[in-house]
Amino acid sequence: MTALPIEPTVAPTPTPTPASHGRWRVLKGVNAGDRVYRGTLTVLAVLLPLLLVAVVSELVVSAWPAIRRFGPRFLWTSVWDPVAGVFGAAPMIFGTLASSLLALVIAVPLALGVAIFLTEFAPKWVRQPIAFLVELLAAIPSVVYGLWGIFVLIPFLRSSVVPVLRAVFGWAPFFDGVFYGNSLLAGGVILAIMIVPYIAAVSREVLLAVPGSQREAALGMGATRWEAVWTAVVPYGRAGLIGAVILGLGRALGETMAVTMLIGNRHDIGLSVLQPAYTMAAAIANEFSEATTNLYLSALFEVGLLLFVITVVVNALARLLIWQVARGTAVGSRAL
Amino acid sequence: MNTRRVRRRLVNGIMTGLVGVLSALAVLALVLILGNLVVKGASSLDWNFFTKNPVPAGESGGGVANAIVGTGIIVGLACLIGLPIGIGAGLYLAEFGSGRLGWVVRFVADVMNGTPSIVVGIFAWTWLVKPMGHFSALAGSVSLAILMIPMLARTTEEMVRLVPHSLREAALALGYPRWRTSLRIVARTALAGIITGCLVGIARIAGETAPLLFTALGNLNFSTHVLEPMQALSLQIFQYATGPFDDWHRLAWAAAIVLMGLVLLLALSARWAIRQRHGASR
Repeated sequence: MTALPIEPTVAPTPTPTPASHGRWRVLKGVNAGDRVYRGTLTVLAVLLPLLLVAVVSELVVSAWPAIRRFGPRFLWTSVWDPVAGVFGAAPMIFGTLASSLLALVIAVPLALGVAIFLTEFAPKWVRQPIAFLVELLAAIPSVVYGLWGIFVLIPFLRSSVVPVLRAVFGWAPFFDGVFYGNSLLAGGVILAIMIVPYIAAVSREVLLAVPGSQREAALGMGATRWEAVWTAVVPYGRAGLIGAVILGLGRALGETMAVTMLIGNRHDIGLSVLQPAYTMAAAIANEFSEATTNLYLSALFEVGLLLFVITVVVNALARLLIWQVARGTAVGSRAL
Repeated sequence: MNTRRVRRRLVNGIMTGLVGVLSALAVLALVLILGNLVVKGASSLDWNFFTKNPVPAGESGGGVANAIVGTGIIVGLACLIGLPIGIGAGLYLAEFGSGRLGWVVRFVADVMNGTPSIVVGIFAWTWLVKPMGHFSALAGSVSLAILMIPMLARTTEEMVRLVPHSLREAALALGYPRWRTSLRIVARTALAGIITGCLVGIARIAGETAPLLFTALGNLNFSTHVLEPMQALSLQIFQYATGPFDDWHRLAWAAAIVLMGLVLLLALSARWAIRQRHGASR
């Protein structure tokens, strides 16, 4: 601190005048403007936790009649009969998990491939453009995915994919029954396309955070480039990559519109991916406005509460894992 | 020994090709979706489409003027509510966020970032629609703002933190009060980044449908009254896509082009704004 860049042009006043007294108060941060500023920002910041508390409490209060009426049975009963007033969310919970897992099965290899290609193999000049294009997938609104799914994806599945699946895996129970179009398969595929950009973007940042020395060490041992990636880079970033996948899972679980438009919306638990199914988010979207009784509405709120809790847990887990590799960064909280 | 080397090189070649093909597949998905939008919707984008309101089901013709205006109003109102709160909270996190409250706010922002939008929708319903007794565009805006705030807070924080400490110290040393330093020096330096965050946030909520289902509801007529139900492009696409009429499907594709164009415009200008700040490196 001896070499100050700016020499004081005015000699400091030796005696404390009112003016310099004010300046000291400024330095201590006690002037009125500062207090107003800090107060305002604090109020705005505190709004966030208050909002979360409000969301959770409203959900719990609204779901309470159903929680009290059905207890934990709600989770594993598969009857959903608004007329008789009996509700169980098992088919939706099953459908939510099944469609999300199906999406992961398709999306994870794809997204990891993109991330590995972009960080390790691609020529420098294509990295940015491809990364940008893949991230643009995240910008497409859910309802546009749904529209595309109805008029492009389902006809394509019907004409080209399902016959092949039947021919190859016809013996498995997963491909039983008639394919009507709206199905677990259609929902899972659209979800997969939707979560690829998230998993790819976060995986890419995780792989970029792996120190170059890891690659160099492996290459120096005589490994091929793929061996270096697979034996040194990927294991180093494993926790972060798993985090990226779980983050994608969180997105898939809560996705509403595209799935509602494609999954068929039937309260059934079936093994076949060609059959219609239901998800928690889709059930709320479809039935909320037609819920005529208080208990019906309350059951839907309980579904919403469950969905909220599941996604919070999944997201918190993902963030912890990502922080292990890319410490303290807000990776994944930004799309695009 | 030699065969082993050949095998290793072969595996290397195959895997390099495979990750390349996977990347091409991901890009292909984007190209297919955008291409289909243009092919199926562009022919319906005429003057009527932008200026007429929907006609009764079964009749052909009509447009989505009410939905375009509705999306503008709902998203604009959401920005009025969400931007000050989100940016303010972000500034708080960057400037005073080292304490326990900062930790809590940061954690809550991350948790809320992953909240399914449909859950926010039913929350807004219990909070605004039920007490008011009717659906309203305002309730839709509030739910969109709730979706936008946590993301805005985190990006604003990140962008403000990128500002070098020396700038702040220089301003304080010149006798600037802290609040003016924060607003006129620090926030201003981070402005491009903050604007990028806002644009990304707006792009994200502009296409949202689920939170509007039980709040803005949709409206067959032209309406600019924010306390009444209002149509939005995303709601219109949903109704038309799931409806039985060919003419509806045609309009759904055209509306999807408009919505997609809006979102792409926002996303690309966000990209452009950040380039201004960081140069070509990002």
